[in-house]
Amino acid sequence: MITNEVVELSRLQFALTALYHFLFVPLTLGLSFLLAIMESVYVMSGRQIYKDMTRFWGKLFGINFAMGVTTGITMEFQFGTNWAYYSHYVGDIFGLPLAIEGMMAFFLESTFVGVFFFGWDKLTKLQHLTTTWLLALGTSLSALWILIANGWMQHPVGAEFNYDTMRMELTSFADLFFNPVAQVKFVHTVAAGYVTGSMFVLGISAYYLLNNKDVAFARRSFRIASGFGLAAVLSVIVLGDESGYTTGEVQRAKLAAIEAEWETEPTPASFTLFGFPDEDTMTTHYAIKIPYVMGLIATRSIDQKVDGIKEIRERKHRRINSGMIAYENLQKLRQDKNDPIAKAAFEAHKDDLGHGLLLKKYTEKVVDATPEQIDAAVHDAIPRVAPMFWTFRGMVLCGFTMLFIFVASFYFNAKRTAHKQRWLLKMAFYGIPLPWIASELGWVVAEYGRQPWTIANILPTHLSTSSVEPGQLYLSLAGFFVFYTVLLVIEMFLMLKYVRLGPSSLHTGRYHHEQEEGLSHV
Amino acid sequence: MFDYETLRVIWWAILAFLVCGFTVMDGFDLGIGMLLPFLGKTDDERRVMLNTVGPTWEGNQTWLVTLGGITFGAWSLVYATVFSGLYTGMLVLLFGLFLRPVGFDYRSKLPDPRWRSSWDWALFLGGLVPSVVLSLAVGNVILGLPFQLDTDLRSIYTGDFWDLFNPFSLLCVVVGVSLLCLHGAVFLHWRTESELAERARRVIVWSGIIFAISFIAAGFWLTYGQDGYLITSVIDPNSSANPLAKTVTKSTGLWLNNYSVYPALMSAPLMALVGVLLTIFCSIKRYVGTAFIISSLVVISVLMTAGGSMFPFILPSSIHPASSLTVWDASASRYTLQLLFFATVVFMPIVMAYTTWVYRVMRGKVTVEDIQNNQHIMY
Ligand code: HDD
Ligand code: HEM
Ligand code: HEM
Repeated sequence: MITNEVVELSRLQFALTALYHFLFVPLTLGLSFLLAIMESVYVMSGRQIYKDMTRFWGKLFGINFAMGVTTGITMEFQFGTNWAYYSHYVGDIFGLPLAIEGMMAFFLESTFVGVFFFGWDKLTKLQHLTTTWLLALGTSLSALWILIANGWMQHPVGAEFNYDTMRMELTSFADLFFNPVAQVKFVHTVAAGYVTGSMFVLGISAYYLLNNKDVAFARRSFRIASGFGLAAVLSVIVLGDESGYTTGEVQRAKLAAIEAEWETEPTPASFTLFGFPDEDTMTTHYAIKIPYVMGLIATRSIDQKVDGIKEIRERKHRRINSGMIAYENLQKLRQDKNDPIAKAAFEAHKDDLGHGLLLKKYTEKVVDATPEQIDAAVHDAIPRVAPMFWTFRGMVLCGFTMLFIFVASFYFNAKRTAHKQRWLLKMAFYGIPLPWIASELGWVVAEYGRQPWTIANILPTHLSTSSVEPGQLYLSLAGFFVFYTVLLVIEMFLMLKYVRLGPSSLHTGRYHHEQEEGLSHV
Repeated sequence: MFDYETLRVIWWAILAFLVCGFTVMDGFDLGIGMLLPFLGKTDDERRVMLNTVGPTWEGNQTWLVTLGGITFGAWSLVYATVFSGLYTGMLVLLFGLFLRPVGFDYRSKLPDPRWRSSWDWALFLGGLVPSVVLSLAVGNVILGLPFQLDTDLRSIYTGDFWDLFNPFSLLCVVVGVSLLCLHGAVFLHWRTESELAERARRVIVWSGIIFAISFIAAGFWLTYGQDGYLITSVIDPNSSANPLAKTVTKSTGLWLNNYSVYPALMSAPLMALVGVLLTIFCSIKRYVGTAFIISSLVVISVLMTAGGSMFPFILPSSIHPASSLTVWDASASRYTLQLLFFATVVFMPIVMAYTTWVYRVMRGKVTVEDIQNNQHIMY
């Protein structure tokens, strides 16, 4: 019933729509905090220019926010439309954070975003400031809950399979909430959002400074962005719980692929800075290695080992065999749920049920899998190495470039000469796309690296889809393509228009374009 | 704390609460979207219409988003079956919903008249398409959807998109669209003045009449011409959630069964009809605020009529009635229902409190002068 075509198309659609959603998410996350900071300065100092800053960057925020909401609804729908079996199989756990996210975060951000824009004359200063902070809080809470959901997919804890209902059921909310993988993800992703917001404000302010427009406005914006951005970029690179990337087998498989670590290396593992991983021979050509660093990045210690791909594959082989037994006994239990022998056998092997399900890609019955089919499933069980290797290095490169930009901006800003460093201003301006590139690459590492699972070691991707026809998927993909392209063109057009106008778009009469030529329209 | 059975009923009630919340709160936004190009004759008037809901519509839409999340968490099999079964319809709904956030935010950001009128039509579709698809979906759910669960509880849908457009469901579209136009017009009548308000009042009368007639027609049709469903096996409301463990029968008039068991249920359809007359009356007398409260009650009554007739069914299956999803066998585990119950009890009152505050702050009529004085701030 479920063909490979349906699986591939559903994956493609999810990947494209999620990556598209994440073009807008990080800017919302970061800019909302920068707005709150700017407005706080306004309320404390009482100086009009900070209010103008909040209002102007707020306009850009609004243009972006509308797209974030638009594309977010897609994500909310898509688990049901395209991943129906997934939704049934893990909805008991996965749906919980999504439901809480709606009540706790989405209501907060979408209620207060209206007040943010329309409440300037209707609220006291303090009330409006509170509104802005609640908006920022809402966006970060939303990230928290969705990343708890996503972290659980990477490292499912606190849940158990129930053969009566044919699904996973929650056993511990605390485990779900305090999942170490979710915590690392939250810190890393939210900080990535703060970096994005800062880079955006920094780069656009640099552009005004380069053109000598609205200098007082731009310098203040630049200052706030450089401080917040430095803290954020350091958090992205440095912070995070050490256990996050090493607990859980799938995270370890990812790490091995990122590292192209074919054999388990003696501790402490070295980091392959550069090289050409070759999947067929399981070697990395022209590898340049730096000793110690891998152990530090991955495990934050020098005495824990990082597993190699060959070793992980051997383990997979054993688990798939065990999973076949689990599956066989599950079928017996579905016939007669009181069969004591089947029950005992199932209990003994049920942790490997997911591995048994991997074989469903090759044979409907699972238990009749041939050794070749088992080998094929083992081979699938590690993500392909080269894409992981390169996307990860792309993200890290963006990260260190931005670190340099923020350190330099912070330094020259402290010396009060930042506006004169044209090279730095240019670099900040042309660096605007960097955080987006890093975030998109990061998601590819995290999600592609989870393959072949949607829920690590529990539910394979090719079982997760809905029973839909390829025709429906081509149609929806075409629809998304048309809508998303048109919307992106419109959004970029408005964004660029307002960036060019700068604070003059507020029509206060205080800024560049209004003083020079008398602003005619907009 | 609660046993599984009680929790399941509570969760049915919460689902109903969210459906009502969405339809009452976002219903008038959708209605205003549908009326936008017709009632607003000038650019300023259209902006007045948009700005009556400008600061709050986004929070209203979140009822739908949260409804999605809650269904996912508490009724995952329902979520999975409806969304994947009605795949094409759901995508049309989604594309309709796309037009609103960008429409509201971008429309007045440029002065060009072609830009603005394109967005006005986009907002019109953003109101019309969701109203139509959702009403169509309700109609089809009442009839039962052509799906079946296999032994792995994977739901397989056998109908196609055009089957959704059957006569009964199309009648439900008339009910739904006229109801939301009524609700939107009542809100406009309340929050605008002079000519625009007068035009809104005329819409109230007409859409109210169309609604009343189509609602009565749908009721008769359901009584005499359409199948309802009934569980025929003994069910244990405390057992684990396995829909395949029951048997179900299907025949004409069974949706009226609940009315003979619980006669009080008759108050829902009666309220809807009396309510709509009262709404029209209050609007003519210009009790605008009262009219809005009553039209909200009408919306709730209509939904409760549908939900009450179907209880305990949530999603009947027309081709394999035993696969139908009901309150007793489609819920999340007891533990998850319990956790989500606490979350709802804590967060929804908070949400409603700050929503009320926001409406208080943003109260008052929106006028053409407001728009002209705040050209660059308002939508
Ligand atoms: C790290 C953060 C993050 C991630 C991984 C996701 N989102 Fe998102 N989402 C946000 C952070 C966010 C946000 C910052 O809160 C947004 C972006 C812009 C906005 O308006 O709110 C948002 C908006 C947003 C909305 C509209 C909310 C509203 O009406 O206000 C929905 C329904 C979703 N998202 C759903 C999802 C789903 C189902 C995801 C999983 C695939 C997802 N998002 C990934
Ligand atoms: C918004 C940020 C996200 C981005 C950019 C993103 C990116 C991706 C990508 C690139 C894929 C395709 C992987 C592949 O097929 O090779 C994917 C798949 C998927 N992701 Fe994410 N993801 C995001 C958030 C999430 C979250 C938060 C969840 C769950 C809550 C999630 C659930 C899934 C699912 C169910 C699939 C499909 C199955 C699969 O192919 O693995 N994603 N995502
Ligand atoms: C410079 C050093 C960096 C390191 C060592 C690093 C490390 C990682 C790793 C290991 C993952 C995969 C996590 C998983 O598989 O679950 C990841 C994901 C991600 N990265 Fe980075 N990263 C760096 C910089 C950045 C930067 C600068 C950004 C953006 C501004 C960024 C954004 C992301 C995002 C959005 C994800 C996906 C979400 C997640 O899995 O947490 N990263 N990063």
